[in-house]
Amino acid sequence: MPLYRDEAIVLRTHKLGEADRIVTVLSRRLGKLRMVGKGVRRTKSRFGARLEPGMHIDVQCYEGRNLDTVTQVETLDSWGETISRDYRSWTSAVAVLETCDRLTEEREPALQQYLLLSGALRAMAERDHDAGLVLDAYLLRAMAIGGYAPSFHDCAKCGAPGPHRAFHVAAGGVVCPVCRPPGSAAPAPETLRLLAALLAGDWAPADASDDRHRHEGSGLTAAFLQWHLERGIRSLRMVER
Amino acid sequence: MYEGAVQDLIDELGRLPGVGPKSAQRIAFHLLQADPADVERLAHALTEVKARVRFCEVCFNVSEAERCRICSDDRRDRTAICVVEEPKDVVAIERTREFRGRYHVLGGAISPIDGIGPQDLKVRELLTRLADGTVTEVIIATDPNLEGEATASYLSRMLRDVGVQRVTRLASGLPVGGDLEYADEVTLGRAFEGRRLLDA
Repeated sequence: MPLYRDEAIVLRTHKLGEADRIVTVLSRRLGKLRMVGKGVRRTKSRFGARLEPGMHIDVQCYEGRNLDTVTQVETLDSWGETISRDYRSWTSAVAVLETCDRLTEEREPALQQYLLLSGALRAMAERDHDAGLVLDAYLLRAMAIGGYAPSFHDCAKCGAPGPHRAFHVAAGGVVCPVCRPPGSAAPAPETLRLLAALLAGDWAPADASDDRHRHEGSGLTAAFLQWHLERGIRSLRMVER
Repeated sequence: MYEGAVQDLIDELGRLPGVGPKSAQRIAFHLLQADPADVERLAHALTEVKARVRFCEVCFNVSEAERCRICSDDRRDRTAICVVEEPKDVVAIERTREFRGRYHVLGGAISPIDGIGPQDLKVRELLTRLADGTVTEVIIATDPNLEGEATASYLSRMLRDVGVQRVTRLASGLPVGGDLEYADEVTLGRAFEGRRLLDA
């Protein structure tokens, strides 16, 4: 497969040499790929603007020994460009892209992650919902796809029917009074309902939620994500809520 | 692997940006064969640049004095500041001879994925420069990529909050000397956004 073509979303870029960039993308068919965009930092580059984080592209590459080389790119949706005009949304979008980079492996197809990522970026670009809510919904669902679905109703340890009040990150969500480990958080019931709605994609109650519960929910989501990934997501600290 | 000093030189050259092991070896052997006076001049330039060059206390451009040549030039317009990411951007804008104001070098762009936030840039220092109300226009000339755009949108929000009269962004559009059909959608879209009236 020396030459291939796929639909992809740009996750991040690194500078390479004088005017090149290493571009990490999540492609629809092939999963995460790393490729070199030659001369894309020059102002006269024909596809430099298309290889920016958050851009939805149709890319053609030549397979190389270490890194593939971009030969053609077309823009499908310029989500990244639209989102970058609003600083608050952009900080959320960068956290989405960094999380996706962490949750996916190179050359392992990840269609569900791809569809989830494209949905999140589209929602942020079209301002369907608050960017912070879209970020939290993305994080919860991306973890669910990765096998770390949190429980916000039944006990995460014994399965006892909820609702329960205590939340423990290491236990995997809410816990019943019997299973409750020491140091469990006790978030507001509205916060747990908000997180359950975000995980299920039930936007009406999520959009109607209070700032206080959104803030508490974001904290729990970030703690849950970072505990399961075993590494911090740097851009999460800079998200403007 | 070479012996002693040659290998040390190759290793040091190999740490420079954009210089790989082969290039480092080539440069090292070029220096070995060069006139000793030329090598001496290079070594002197390297030590001098570290000893003498510092950042301007006002705009954070590179300078040999406390204030750079532009900040100490009274003929430059005090009412306009052009905000750039790096000192090399100052040189690029100076080459145009279009701008007669002063500069402010941020030291990079906001990049959450690399852990660089507004507090890591010279944003606070920019706001301090604007406090006395002399500056009426701030031109944001960060790179035309998404990090540069996001930094510009952050700055424009901050500058409006402190009451700067005019916050402008450098125009994006079609490069001079190119064909329209080769322009990408983002660039062409911005060229449309920033189109101007032609004089009759």
